[in-house]
Amino acid sequence: MRAIAMAETLHHLRRRRAIHGWLLLGPALAMLATFAFYPSVATIWTSLFSRGTRRRPQEFVGLENYQRLLDDPTFWTVVKNNLFYAGVTIPISIFLALVMALWANARIPARSFVRTAYFTPTVLPMIAAANLWLFFYTPGFGVLDQVLGLFGLPSVNWLGQPETALWAVCAVTIWKEAGFFMIFYLAALQTIPPDLKEAAEIEGASRWTYTRRVVLPLLMPTTLFILVNAMINSVKLIDHLFILTKGGPSDASKLILYYIWESAFAFFDAPSAAAMTVLVLGVLGALAAFQFFVIDRRTHYQ
Amino acid sequence: MNPIARFEPVLALTLAAIWISPLIFAFWAAFHSSSDAVNFNLAAPWTLENFRTAWAGAPWLRYFLNSFLLVTTVLIGQFFLCTLAGFAFAQVAFRGRDVLFVLVLLQLFILPEVLIVENYAVAARLGLLDSILGIGAPYMASAFGIFLMRQAFKSVPKELDEMARVEGCTLLGVLWRVYVPAARPTYLAYALVSVSTHWNNFLWPLVVTNNESSRPLTVGLSIFAAPENGVDISVISAATVMVIAPLLILFLVFQRSFVQAFLRAGIK
Repeated sequence: MRAIAMAETLHHLRRRRAIHGWLLLGPALAMLATFAFYPSVATIWTSLFSRGTRRRPQEFVGLENYQRLLDDPTFWTVVKNNLFYAGVTIPISIFLALVMALWANARIPARSFVRTAYFTPTVLPMIAAANLWLFFYTPGFGVLDQVLGLFGLPSVNWLGQPETALWAVCAVTIWKEAGFFMIFYLAALQTIPPDLKEAAEIEGASRWTYTRRVVLPLLMPTTLFILVNAMINSVKLIDHLFILTKGGPSDASKLILYYIWESAFAFFDAPSAAAMTVLVLGVLGALAAFQFFVIDRRTHYQ
Repeated sequence: MNPIARFEPVLALTLAAIWISPLIFAFWAAFHSSSDAVNFNLAAPWTLENFRTAWAGAPWLRYFLNSFLLVTTVLIGQFFLCTLAGFAFAQVAFRGRDVLFVLVLLQLFILPEVLIVENYAVAARLGLLDSILGIGAPYMASAFGIFLMRQAFKSVPKELDEMARVEGCTLLGVLWRVYVPAARPTYLAYALVSVSTHWNNFLWPLVVTNNESSRPLTVGLSIFAAPENGVDISVISAATVMVIAPLLILFLVFQRSFVQAFLRAGIK
């Protein structure tokens, strides 16, 4: 009798817990469903239909939008640009972040000023950052041109020519994110026990050897974490394009998210934008899998 | 000491100088006439004229108000949703919880920025276009916030929880009396990160707003500074300084908390 009663209480308790759990999660799940899960599925759906016009309603076209995308030379330019953007900004900003952290952690004069200077771009909006950099890039009287002028070099239209526009965009991104990544390295550096350094010094290891053999391996989990964030940023950080180049000249600095925006809200070609969004979601999904199955398996944190 | 080590402080300071130079130039330009600014005439008189011109050129007060309402709305929504969900994931054991948690974590990679096309359609259907709520809604159930609150609630000592229950607190009572106060530092960190993210956010607000009644500062600034408007560099600088000033001052005053907040937010 008692056993049955206890089992019943337990069953009751479990049910009550499940109800509590779902009630607590309900609001968040509803919002996630509305603004993340439903739109993801709807994007796939939209990408399979033709663009509806007033005369011709939408109709199912299968993979035609994807085919159209693959035939679109602008799309390939944009993909190439974005790979370049990732290839330049990710390694440089991670490297700079590491150097900044090593400096900001060392005994140097004006250390707190140095830290603040490195970190400040993090709290500025990308749009404002673009405005600040306009002052550098403007041909003729921009700061860069004036510096070049001091050395007798000719004026360069950094944003106006295809060879330099994407580099100019990359520079702003690196400026914006390096200081942000620095603080993760800084935090990791401060957890390295000082006796390791003493031991290395007793062994006669140079500072470079100590950094390379001891510090860098210990920073590996942090580097992976930053790497994933930098990859996400290479998709996400495009706000400055709206001010600096608008993707030009002749698409030389156009990035994929900007092209998605342009396709949907300037050219009103939602199916094409949806097809591109699906491709980007695929890349981000691969990144998520990398994070969950490779990184989280290697670094154990609770 | 080897020669490289001796140069390091110099290099570190040089990099720091380069890093804040865009800000310094903008401040310089904002307070000088554009011809003095571009000629770096150090003896030139300081002026507030650029701010006057910039202020008259756009409904900044409205933009400031909108940005303020936006970050407040988002923060309230996030606190509410993420507290409840984080608590469920941390302290209420029920079947299916782990599957749901993975589903929530997926959202870390489904960026709201990438979903602008369909989210626009959703916002339109819900009648949220041109509204503060429409700008904020996609960010409220943030997977990141849920994760953060779950971690914070997990570290609350079990004894506190049990004591409150013995005294007859309901589940929500325990959450409110025990867990929320214990997680205060996490709330502060989350608030700083959230406010600076949404004060600075641009692409989604640009998409979902079509007029100045709901437009936040970043979108207002981008329209004001658009090259086709032909505003001169000093006036753009003044407007930019105006837009970044509140957050920048907040950052400089509470620097330590800011850095701690971003750290806490990043290292899970």
